[in-house]
Amino acid sequence: MSDTIKLKRGLDIKLIGIAEKKVTPLNARKFAVKPTDFVALRYPKVLVNEGDEVKVGTVLCYDKYRERIQFTSPVSGKVIGIKRGPKRILEEFQIEADEKDRHVDFGAANPADLSREEIIQKMLDSGTWPMLRQRPYSVIANPDDKPKAIFISGFDSAPLAPDMNFIVEGKEREFQAGIDVLKQLTEGKVHLNLKAGDNPSKVLTGASNVDMHYFQGPHPASNVGVQIHHIDPVNKGDVVWYTYPQEVITIGHLFLEGKYNPEKIVALTGSEVLKPQYYKTRIGVSIENMVKDNVKEGQLRYISGNVLTGTKIRKDGYLSFYHNQITVIPEGNYYEFFGWAKPGLNKFSVSRSFLSWWFKPNKKHRLDTNMHGGERAYVMSGEYDKVIPMDILPVQLVKSIIIEDIDLMENLGIYEVDEEDFALAEVVCTSKINVQSIIRKGLNLMRAEMS
Amino acid sequence: MKALRKYIDKIKPHFEEGGRFEKLHSTFEAFETFLFVPNTVTTKGSHIRDAIDMKRTMSTVIMAMIPALLFGIWNVGYQHFLSEGVIAETDFWTIVGFGVVKVLPIIIVSYVVGLGIEFYFAQIRGHEVNEGFLVSGMLIPLVMPPDVPLWMVAVATAFAVIFGKEVFGGTGMNILNPALTARAFLFFAYPAEMSGDKVWIAERADAYSGATPLSLGGSGKIDQIPDFADMFFGFIPGSIGETSTLAVLIGAIALIVLGVGSWRIMLSTVLGGLFMGYIFNLWGANAYMEIPAHYHLVMGGFAFGAVFMATDPVSATQTTKGKYIYGALIGIIAILVRVFNPAYPEGMMLAILFMNVFAPLIDHYVTQGNINRRLKRAQAVAG
Repeated sequence: MSDTIKLKRGLDIKLIGIAEKKVTPLNARKFAVKPTDFVALRYPKVLVNEGDEVKVGTVLCYDKYRERIQFTSPVSGKVIGIKRGPKRILEEFQIEADEKDRHVDFGAANPADLSREEIIQKMLDSGTWPMLRQRPYSVIANPDDKPKAIFISGFDSAPLAPDMNFIVEGKEREFQAGIDVLKQLTEGKVHLNLKAGDNPSKVLTGASNVDMHYFQGPHPASNVGVQIHHIDPVNKGDVVWYTYPQEVITIGHLFLEGKYNPEKIVALTGSEVLKPQYYKTRIGVSIENMVKDNVKEGQLRYISGNVLTGTKIRKDGYLSFYHNQITVIPEGNYYEFFGWAKPGLNKFSVSRSFLSWWFKPNKKHRLDTNMHGGERAYVMSGEYDKVIPMDILPVQLVKSIIIEDIDLMENLGIYEVDEEDFALAEVVCTSKINVQSIIRKGLNLMRAEMS
Repeated sequence: MKALRKYIDKIKPHFEEGGRFEKLHSTFEAFETFLFVPNTVTTKGSHIRDAIDMKRTMSTVIMAMIPALLFGIWNVGYQHFLSEGVIAETDFWTIVGFGVVKVLPIIIVSYVVGLGIEFYFAQIRGHEVNEGFLVSGMLIPLVMPPDVPLWMVAVATAFAVIFGKEVFGGTGMNILNPALTARAFLFFAYPAEMSGDKVWIAERADAYSGATPLSLGGSGKIDQIPDFADMFFGFIPGSIGETSTLAVLIGAIALIVLGVGSWRIMLSTVLGGLFMGYIFNLWGANAYMEIPAHYHLVMGGFAFGAVFMATDPVSATQTTKGKYIYGALIGIIAILVRVFNPAYPEGMMLAILFMNVFAPLIDHYVTQGNINRRLKRAQAVAG
């Protein structure tokens, strides 16, 4: 049945601006598909032109290296812009939505009646395939692989994260259908991981055909990498796939109705949001209408995702493919007079050398994007271990990536990790080292080496 | 503050590339970031960062050394007037005044020489001045004998910073603890001046014996070793900052409570020292072996080394398990050297330097353990 896995190491960063449990449909016309959301998608082959009419599910581009993987439109309407950035990197397919949806029909089907290959093909055609990602490397799953298991992280413990139980409410049918699809894709188990003591939604707990696990402890308990590490770790040569509840629902919907339904409930959070709440909208929506007249004065950072792993976007930017959350926090481009020497009663730090640790341990912070110091070589030791609840030597792994020692990276567990697993380490690092990008560099290096 | 910030912004262009004082860029930056935490924002990865930085960490360590420094200043005066036999009629401020006159120049020389070299290297390497030397610069005076000539301090500091640290790539890359490198340099380069009974009391009266407990132990004069309380509180001759175990203990508590120093290393060093002390007690081949094990903890630089030197995170082991092994071996070797080798009465210095060299090896085996666990797991699945 179910078991509880207790994690001691980690860190819950308490921030101001959690979303109120209220869902409003978002009135938005602008949407975008951002090829930059997909780490391994380096050369997208563009199939539409500016001005083309598209339906929900029309293919916009595919991956030149893995041609079966396609990316489709979340709305029906007109392609109003194909935006390229520096070095002509394809950044956005901007689409203006029609009043009414027109769908590409992929055909409803019971997954039990289909072969594994037919299921995969349907997912590839509809553009729901990228919702499945794999370890190692944390990239879109390879449709030719046979994963030893599929993991679903059924909660989110990141700062200000949306409440998954709230989001999935009322989607029993779709969720179960999605699970049934996933079950066909692996000969191993489908693991659904929930938060212990959270009274999870019936939608999640009621699902059949899955192995349920409960996790207890601070963030990053919801990181799928941590969960995999404790349930069925990835060894060399293993492949596991993973996804998240809203994605499972979308996949389920595809098989029930035959349509790509990129609908999503998104939490608007952060200290600078006047009314943090949930919105019912779609993948790739422009945040323009969410944040208009709804944020405080000042220079702000808009983030698709959470403050640890999210992507910086413009104030009229778009929700990324995998995110369920928009966070708005103040920018931190100011000088602080003797900032390092202050007692720090109101500062956020895991270090006990600030008074806040002693006197205001439960304070909810309004944190900005200041680095609070310059980059240095590694001096302190043992800092990362406290926030990474895995049997991994984090600094040793990071150093092996810096020196590009493939064997050592492999031995130290590069296959098990993703950038997000090192996000907290990056936050607490005294030397201000950008660990997440180092990990990504290592993953890309390994992937290039192994393929 | 606004006016100061404005002024800095005004003169800043002169120090940037192409400016008049381009060559002083690192120096300028060091002072600027000392006054103001810079306005850089996160560009990739996590959008928020902890308020801690290297300046905060290093200044915390310096604060933890203040009790040892203050006591050291007083004790320098105290030992001087004691040797002249006039301690009873000398008042507190005269004692402290004498101490300040002796100790302050050593601190200034250490900082000026060390920071000068650091600034120079930061400039030619094109990176920011690292805060590491702020701690080393205070540690060096604290492990110097009070009567050490200032030119020796300067030479030792320069040697430690250049050959102990910068040749390896600067703070964070060094193998040996820089402050101990300075001390070891003096010990081996100027043995005549640095050992014996000459230097441990500032301007000692000739008739008075200036022997430290360690040299008494080393030369077999066990019966003359001061009592435990005197050594614990630190009313004994010795290096400036090391004599008072109590002051060091206050520093240790500060380091542990504030989470900056590794309690694992401190604890295992003390346990290692005690363990070796008891072994010698059991053995009891000579009188030095028979002194109570806990005496070793308060003699010489044992406590100071365990708290401030062994815990240097760069030269110590970095894995959690490794820290226990590293600390214990320091404790054991320190007492071993002390008791067995009268030529090197201060075993602590050698023990820490020795284990600095072996720290990467210990880490290697701990890392290998982690790797083996992962391989075994893979085999268990395969088999």
